[in-house]
Amino acid sequence: MKIIVPVKRVIDYNVKPRVKADGTGVDLANVKMSMNPFDEIAVEEAIRIKEAGKAEEIIAVSVGPAKAAETLRTALAMGADRAILVETDAEVEPLAVAKILKAIVGEENPGLVILGKQAIDDDSNQTGQMLAALLGRPQGTFANKIEIDGEQVAVTREVDGGLETVKLSLPAIVTTDLRLNEPRYASLPNIMKAKKKQLDTKSPADYGVDITPRLKTLKVSEPPVRSAGIKIADVDALVAKLKEMGVA
Amino acid sequence: MKTLVWVEHDNAVVKDATLAVVTAAAQLGEVHLLVAGSGCRAVADAAAQIAGVGKVHLADDAAYEHGLAENVAPLVAELMGHHDAFVVPATTTGKNIAPRVAALLDVMQISDILSVEGEKTFTRPIYAGNAIATVESSDAKLVITVRGTAFAKAEATGGSGTVEDVSGAGDAGLSSFVGAELAKSERPELTSAKIIVSGGRALKDSETFESIILPLADKLGAGVGASRAAVDAGYVPNDYQVGQTGKIVAPEVYIAVGISGAIQHLAGMKDSKTIIAINKDEDAPIFQVADIGLVADLFNAVPELTGKL
Repeated sequence: MKIIVPVKRVIDYNVKPRVKADGTGVDLANVKMSMNPFDEIAVEEAIRIKEAGKAEEIIAVSVGPAKAAETLRTALAMGADRAILVETDAEVEPLAVAKILKAIVGEENPGLVILGKQAIDDDSNQTGQMLAALLGRPQGTFANKIEIDGEQVAVTREVDGGLETVKLSLPAIVTTDLRLNEPRYASLPNIMKAKKKQLDTKSPADYGVDITPRLKTLKVSEPPVRSAGIKIADVDALVAKLKEMGVA
Repeated sequence: MKTLVWVEHDNAVVKDATLAVVTAAAQLGEVHLLVAGSGCRAVADAAAQIAGVGKVHLADDAAYEHGLAENVAPLVAELMGHHDAFVVPATTTGKNIAPRVAALLDVMQISDILSVEGEKTFTRPIYAGNAIATVESSDAKLVITVRGTAFAKAEATGGSGTVEDVSGAGDAGLSSFVGAELAKSERPELTSAKIIVSGGRALKDSETFESIILPLADKLGAGVGASRAAVDAGYVPNDYQVGQTGKIVAPEVYIAVGISGAIQHLAGMKDSKTIIAINKDEDAPIFQVADIGLVADLFNAVPELTGKL
């Protein structure tokens, strides 16, 4: 079967985002960008499934600006076989991304679509679930373990109280949680080889998807700043503080 | 506006997460609840007692027992024919189901709201809580997940809702529940605990974590949390994780022990009322948000603290 892995180019997770002074958004000029960490885990899982002989082809897909091609090259260097860039400079909401992915799934017919559970920029945690709904397919969200068994896939999910396992009939949509795997680094030879792999560029219009946002961002502001705290000298002072607060 | 609130429950009791969502929904309009599950009439009866609740829709069917999104979402989508907003807690259950409902309704979900600013205007955190966006929806119907720590809890009693049976299509035949390994804990649940003691990578291993953190937590009647590093290293199970991708908590007192304070961890706890940090590295970022900081070796300081309480 084929596996489709959607990947997103986002601000690097180590960068502390700065809100623009005019309140229109977060300043992304000259900020290091990387593949969304959950998507790296998704790519890694797809590669492991292929290495286990359970998939033939991995297609990485990204919806975003021309520079998202770099993110796709990273996926190709890790081991994806080809890539599709749906190029647009507009900010695309999860619902629109899900609709574009639905159209791509219609063309490619993958057995699995593996997405990250959320992007660390908009923190939405929606796209995978929305894609599953639009396709009428089952969803295994927040996956901690994925086991393919014939026409079914067992997904162990990270839930609030611990772990739960569900069985889904294929084709299915899975979203990755942090502990699914440890993504590999792309080696230099593989980065070189990735430059020769196929990368098709499309547009949202090619898939007939209207990407007009449904949510209008009225403003983006800094979170409330905590007032500076104090350092105390020793455990006795801490005990006194806790008693003062009435918690001890 | 008529809202439909997802009741988080285990087929026996209403979970606390529901109460904050009722408060958020009440700011939008009339509050109706949905109890979907199996053998859960008692949950519906209890939910009807929540202050401010009107109708309680009870969908009692084996297909809804484990809250499988494939089975539940069509039921909700149908009920949304006569509701204007579907409001759920931003728990793993809520986050699993709500976007599926939103897509069925062809609307964008508004995730993890912190406040209701107007009928269709909300604030929500983005970039791991480093920015707050105010967003306005243009959709005809709203699908919203609510950050529990951002809203006061509605009273669990005093209401007089009426329970009405509803039925949906039942089993969609796409998925099935196999089993669960739920962590058993006598301690307060993390998301509703008043005090939390959290440990990080510095705790070395699971035995050390248990011998240092748990006695202090027990002394304070606190819930126990952890940083991602401590979870990844296997000191504690994943459901202890506090942070952008784990649980979001806002207790009265959060005690961070041996936690450096990465952006992703702060995202989950920086709305705590008082933050106390114990760390031997005085330059650790955690001290920038801590109200009270103690620069000390946790292996000496924490047992001493436990002993003196």
